[in-house]
Amino acid sequence: MNLWLTIMLAGALTFAIRLSFIGTAGRMGIPAWFERMLRFVPVAALTALIWPDLLVAQAAISLGEPRLFAGLLAALIAWRTGNVLATIGGGMVALWMIQWLR
Amino acid sequence: MVHTPRNEFAAGLSAVVPMLVGAIPFGLIYGVLAIKAGIPPVLALAISCIVFAGSAQFMLTQLVAAGTPGALMVLSVGVINLRHALYSAALAKPLAHLPLRWKALLAYLLTDEAYATVLRRFESDASPATRHWYLLGSGFGLWITWQLSCAAGIALGGQIPAAWSLDFAGTLTFIAIVVPLLRDRATWAAMIVAGAVSVGAFALPFKLAIVAAALAGMAAGVLVAMRATPLAAPGKSA
Repeated sequence: MNLWLTIMLAGALTFAIRLSFIGTAGRMGIPAWFERMLRFVPVAALTALIWPDLLVAQAAISLGEPRLFAGLLAALIAWRTGNVLATIGGGMVALWMIQWLR
Repeated sequence: MVHTPRNEFAAGLSAVVPMLVGAIPFGLIYGVLAIKAGIPPVLALAISCIVFAGSAQFMLTQLVAAGTPGALMVLSVGVINLRHALYSAALAKPLAHLPLRWKALLAYLLTDEAYATVLRRFESDASPATRHWYLLGSGFGLWITWQLSCAAGIALGGQIPAAWSLDFAGTLTFIAIVVPLLRDRATWAAMIVAGAVSVGAFALPFKLAIVAAALAGMAAGVLVAMRATPLAAPGKSA
């Protein structure tokens, strides 16, 4: 499929998802099972992007990557402070330090 | 304070400013990664206008670089962006009185950040008649900043050294979003299962592991939650 067409379809799908309940307010009820599933979408979808970046390097699972340590430190900062900037800043500085020391 | 449309728009705009601190580097990095993935600059900018979703745009750069078939890219974007249905559901009632053109505009601008700013505002119920202007303000503030950041990243393109590892800021942003969501066993289960599948299945072609992991994580969350409070039981809110 042409890349432009792909982007159009991906954009249309994203828009449809965002409009879903707003556009049908009051007429479309939210099924209970769907509401239950939606609660886990952010956690599951974003985790699926996080873990491979921390644990996969050069097409192999690795427990010794600088990103793993920096990511765990960032998670700890997020856990204790809830501060987005501190999480991103702390994680980046940690990664640069580890890369520089190696 | 009088809740004129103008005041509401300005209030929404200023409410989104703290979120921009995270969005600007994120947009910059998207632009850089898109160019590095071989996406033409015009298309890279079009993606951020048409899709307008940071995590999906990041994933798209990875998918394009991996030579993923188009249908699979659309499916992956759909799964990652499914969380917006949750926001749409939460905002359906407060926006129910608006004409469709307003609903369509606000739906297009509905992002994680805009949703986060309006959620508290709409709960406080201070301005029922004009509050859609508040969402328009925060949504537009994020939109224009996002487009400019992406454009700047595209312009910088290959000039940023790979050794800076700027793409890691994307992962760190997701960590900052996910960690506060881990409030009970069910969300922990969703996180662990999604993570394990995403790493265990990483060798699948076209980053299929991302879609598989997201779906497995959702299923795990629902199963654990159902053991705590079965679906058939009369509605108990968490």
